[in-house]
Amino acid sequence: MSLYPRDKAIIALSDGTVEHGYAIGKKGTTGGELCFNTSMVGYQEIFTDPSYYGQLMMMTYPHIGNYGTMSRDDEARRVMISGLIVRSFSWEHSNPQADGNLQQYLEQNEVVGISGIDTRKLVRHIRSKGVMNAVISSEELDEEALVEKARNWEDMVGLELATEVTRTEPQTVHSDGPFKIAAFDYGIKQSIIDNFVKRGCTLRIFPAKGDFKKELEQWQPDGFFFSNGPGDPVATAEYAMDVVKYAKQTGKPIFGICLGHQLMALSEGISTKKMFVGHRGANHPVKNLETGLVEITTQNHGFAVDEKELDESKVEITHKNLNDGTIEGLRFRNFPGMSVQYHPEASPGPHDSRYLFNQFLDMIKEGKKEMA
Amino acid sequence: MPRRNDINTILIIGSGPIVIGQACEFDYSGSQACRSLKEDGYRVVLINSNPATIMTDPMMADEIYLKPLTIESIKEIVEKENPDAVLPTMGGQTGLNLARDLQQEGYWSDHGIQIIGVDIAAVDITEDRQQFRDLMDEIDIPQCRSRAADSLLEAKEITEELGGLPIVIRPSFTMGGAGGGIVWSEDEFERKVRRGLEMSPVHRVLIEESIFGWKEYELELLRDPNDNVVIICTVENIDPMGVHTGDSVTVAPSQTLTDKQFQMLRDAAIKMMRSIGTFAGGCNVQFAVEPGSDRYVAIEINPRVSRSSALASKATGYPIAKIATKLAVGYNLDELPNPITGNTSACFEPSIDYVIVKTPRFNFEKFPNVDEELTTQMKAVGEAMSIGRNFPEALNKAFQSLEIGRAGLGADGYEELDRKHVRERLIKPYWDRMLNIRNAFKLGASVEEIADITKVDPWFLQQIRYMVSLENRTEGQSLKDISKEDFYELKQAGFGDEQISWMLSQSNGEVTEEEVRARRKELGLTPSFKVVDTCAAEFPAETPYFYSAYEGENESEVSDKKKVMILGSGPNRIGQGIEFDYSCVHAVKAAQDMGYEAIMVNCNPETVSTDFDIADKLYFEPVFWERVLDIYEHEQPEGVILQVGGQTALKLGKRFVEEGINIFGTDFEMINFAEDRGSFSEFLKKLDIPFPSYGTAEDVDGAIEIANRIGYPVLIRPSYVLGGQGMRIAVKQEELEYYTERVLATHPENAFLIDKFLEHAVEVDVDAVYDGEQLHISGIMQHIEPAGVHSGDSTAVIPTYSLSDTALDKIRSYHEKIAANMNIKGFLNVQYAVKGDEVYVLEANPRSTRTIPFLAKATGRAEAQIAVKVMLGAKIKDFSTEELTSTLDKWAIKEPVFPFDKFPEVKKELGPEMKSTGETIYFMENFNDEHFKKPFEFKNLYLSK
Repeated sequence: MSLYPRDKAIIALSDGTVEHGYAIGKKGTTGGELCFNTSMVGYQEIFTDPSYYGQLMMMTYPHIGNYGTMSRDDEARRVMISGLIVRSFSWEHSNPQADGNLQQYLEQNEVVGISGIDTRKLVRHIRSKGVMNAVISSEELDEEALVEKARNWEDMVGLELATEVTRTEPQTVHSDGPFKIAAFDYGIKQSIIDNFVKRGCTLRIFPAKGDFKKELEQWQPDGFFFSNGPGDPVATAEYAMDVVKYAKQTGKPIFGICLGHQLMALSEGISTKKMFVGHRGANHPVKNLETGLVEITTQNHGFAVDEKELDESKVEITHKNLNDGTIEGLRFRNFPGMSVQYHPEASPGPHDSRYLFNQFLDMIKEGKKEMA
Repeated sequence: MPRRNDINTILIIGSGPIVIGQACEFDYSGSQACRSLKEDGYRVVLINSNPATIMTDPMMADEIYLKPLTIESIKEIVEKENPDAVLPTMGGQTGLNLARDLQQEGYWSDHGIQIIGVDIAAVDITEDRQQFRDLMDEIDIPQCRSRAADSLLEAKEITEELGGLPIVIRPSFTMGGAGGGIVWSEDEFERKVRRGLEMSPVHRVLIEESIFGWKEYELELLRDPNDNVVIICTVENIDPMGVHTGDSVTVAPSQTLTDKQFQMLRDAAIKMMRSIGTFAGGCNVQFAVEPGSDRYVAIEINPRVSRSSALASKATGYPIAKIATKLAVGYNLDELPNPITGNTSACFEPSIDYVIVKTPRFNFEKFPNVDEELTTQMKAVGEAMSIGRNFPEALNKAFQSLEIGRAGLGADGYEELDRKHVRERLIKPYWDRMLNIRNAFKLGASVEEIADITKVDPWFLQQIRYMVSLENRTEGQSLKDISKEDFYELKQAGFGDEQISWMLSQSNGEVTEEEVRARRKELGLTPSFKVVDTCAAEFPAETPYFYSAYEGENESEVSDKKKVMILGSGPNRIGQGIEFDYSCVHAVKAAQDMGYEAIMVNCNPETVSTDFDIADKLYFEPVFWERVLDIYEHEQPEGVILQVGGQTALKLGKRFVEEGINIFGTDFEMINFAEDRGSFSEFLKKLDIPFPSYGTAEDVDGAIEIANRIGYPVLIRPSYVLGGQGMRIAVKQEELEYYTERVLATHPENAFLIDKFLEHAVEVDVDAVYDGEQLHISGIMQHIEPAGVHSGDSTAVIPTYSLSDTALDKIRSYHEKIAANMNIKGFLNVQYAVKGDEVYVLEANPRSTRTIPFLAKATGRAEAQIAVKVMLGAKIKDFSTEELTSTLDKWAIKEPVFPFDKFPEVKKELGPEMKSTGETIYFMENFNDEHFKKPFEFKNLYLSK
């Protein structure tokens, strides 16, 4: 007899790697691109981050679930990851503020997971072989069948996923402040909305797809925001480019985060590339080339703006990753725009980069002054 | 900003002797600082009075001054060396206080010397609680309500204002929280306030509202000249507020905070660091968080490297002291690489994929009548750190590391479960709280009940309850039937084979540890070794820093070089501290010089030996039989070195012999033989060497019989102890009975000795190296105090000052005779008692001793390396004359330092049981020196009768 359930589960990778563990969350089978996150706290925010839609999330910190779950930590209305891999699952939690434990939460959100896995081994595996698809199952325990399933899982390159997580109807989030921001939701995190509202912005949040030009003409926003989101930016750009171009020709300030940053770059003819492993964690150092200061940032991206394709006449690099030199932030020369690859709203992660929201609002204030 | 070129010579102030609250972590930080500066081409001048440190080794700095840590010494050095800057943050509170005193005189600015790594004004703010409070108010950081009092009356008024007891007392400007504590009742109020006022050099205490039972956190920060700040590590105390963090069992990273709560503390910590000056360097911030809410208060901020930063460095792999030093001389964080990965930036926050548990080590048994309750004043003398892939594994390893005779967190048959006793031990904080939480679960208590009594966060309790559930399950199983899966779960939870053998013996007959091990290996269950890499495997790391875990992938690749495994000395304690780490580090160097790959095994986070760039491979593991053997079996070295790791390593000797594993140096039988007084005395008799009459007793009656035969006073001594643990002098039968009973209670397994005590004899301590042909005498030290005071507690002088040539000749001849006839290969320490021309042998120790580093510093010879090289096959004649010649021209004195100020209820007396925590070295020109005259005058004062 064990204190906690020990029902068997398997994770199978598309390259044939198989690991045995124990079932957590909902019983069943799931799959997706296997990625890992090195944040030591903030699991619930990660699970509900729409940018992770369709991915199998492996947490490198061994104990997950310690403080349960609470609604204020949700970044979206539901869990976005398609599966969870952990080393040691906390079946019980200790936080009096929590609504419940992680097991209940995963079950309610129908997330299939596995624990008891040497996650460090799998991280090292992905690090050397590159990201790949995998399948977790607690109902079918045939290794070969699962590997086969992982091989056939849809590849992330070319995959359009923003429409899976976006709002279906426009929504307004009010604040007492003077700013009006049109935000495009490719999988916007709640904490981005909160950061805008806290700074006196009323947000009109639009779905990823659709023609809202008329409404935008009417509403006359002070600025535009393109959100983070899952999937290949090229696939999203196919339909989103229209609205990015529209925003650019208004002459109003534009801010993009993550996928939004990539869309803005694509709109200037700068291409994006799939990264070997990607950046996912809350400890990535980014240097602000304008101030010389370093910020510790939250990151979650598997695609990046390709520095080889960069045209310095169109953009100025404002931020760079200190570890691998990848582009982390751009300022656009042809229109008042700024964008970052990382997540200034953090959640989970350090708050070092929240000044970017202020910078964007300063651009808006500047614009308003010029108008007046 | 890159390296500063406007400064060239830098003065580093060390922390002096080991005391409670300031131990060898400052040797770790000081030596990292020295290496870091030298790497950058600075000229390093160092002052430290502690001879047992690696930082005072010749290769560490350009000029090393082994002088008393006083304003006068520093001035003297400054006149001579003309430094451009002083780095005072590596020497604990001692270093900072000296720098501050000189600052107040205007000394630094008068001499054009810049203070780097700290802002003295910032230190003043952080040390003066009222100023600190005002500053926190200014920057909106919440704190406990409190006010400073300069008198007892004022303290009473403030307590009323705060709503009465309990309240907390914190004296200003004291180390390790000395003189502080919680006041629960009226009758202790006056005594504790008065003591706090007395302990404070400015006669001031802070009276503070009690946040007893809140969760406690520590954050380690680094800031560069550009004002970039990173958090290197967050530590959560399992013992909630009320217990000094140095006395708490702590865990890293934080386990029970949500991201929003953690970021709240991170934001506050950065704000706090930025509020206290503009210095570049390390800083530690402590917070309390109210359970079940987002309310927190700032407790304190320390603008220097500390015990916590040593722990944080070892816990994450990030070398805080080294990087802090680089920042102090101008570098920005983004200009430095992460030394662990080599190719990512040092400007980041480590992510770890394992759990760290730190457990304090206490020495209460040395201080009868001491108040064992843990308070806000630190009482621990050392600590062990353990690494596991989960909390249960790290916790079991922690208790295997402590070397308190336990095989893990209970489940070893050591204690009887008594409901009343367990409850009593849980109501107040004691050192064995974790064990008693386990015991309470064993007795059927619930998480809620234990949380209610102890205020320990339920998550930790749930984990311990899980561990107990595994115990209970296993107790009903047999070795034959236990499934591989269940066995694996036990091993993943850190249970040792010894614990498992005890559990399995509960229902189906006796099972031995060896049988468990054999079955485990039969099932294919052996540990893997994982790398500590600062980044949770996100980037490749070449650093050879490992820990064991029961998991799939083994990351420790075995080289084809010839290897030697060196066992460290585990947590510091009185009688076994930094001196052994000194020898361990030198053993590593010696082995490398002899062409070996040196593999270090140790679990003490405060030490230099556990720096990842000292040995070729570091296994941060308990110096505990099963763990050590696992590493041995993985690495297959040529043999092991046990003689530098104190009793911790030596205790394992018997088992290495049983396994047929090669122990370098003197045959282990001989080490054993030296402990066996019977055979050893026979041996001395044969060699015609005198020794005091003695007898071996196993009970009280036996002891009395012997004492009657040899005559009082007698010395009672248990076998296999360091630092004379349990040793007493009895002048009459009642005393003998009393002490014998106590020895039997703590060491029931050992026979013990009753020696004739030689009154009015002079004690002489001799360390030497023997290679089978030739004897090299490291030093002959004469004790100022009479024989009977433990050698570690006495003031020792080299060379001797009042011995006759006849006596000295006898000593040399006896030493050589003993070495030759014991087949010594390496270290041989012998203690002699001298009366006139008569010389008696008291004991022989064929291993490294506490005095080796002192002698090395006094004579300028690398004594530990000479011995270790001999152990590995070198001959004394192979060494150059220079290597074997002493540079000492006058006298050197070893002066002990005692912790009596931390234990006010304990009477200050010295005897055969060692009580000092550390020592200093002092070079003396003549016998009119106060350092000689004073101990000489008072030599009999504290001798216990």
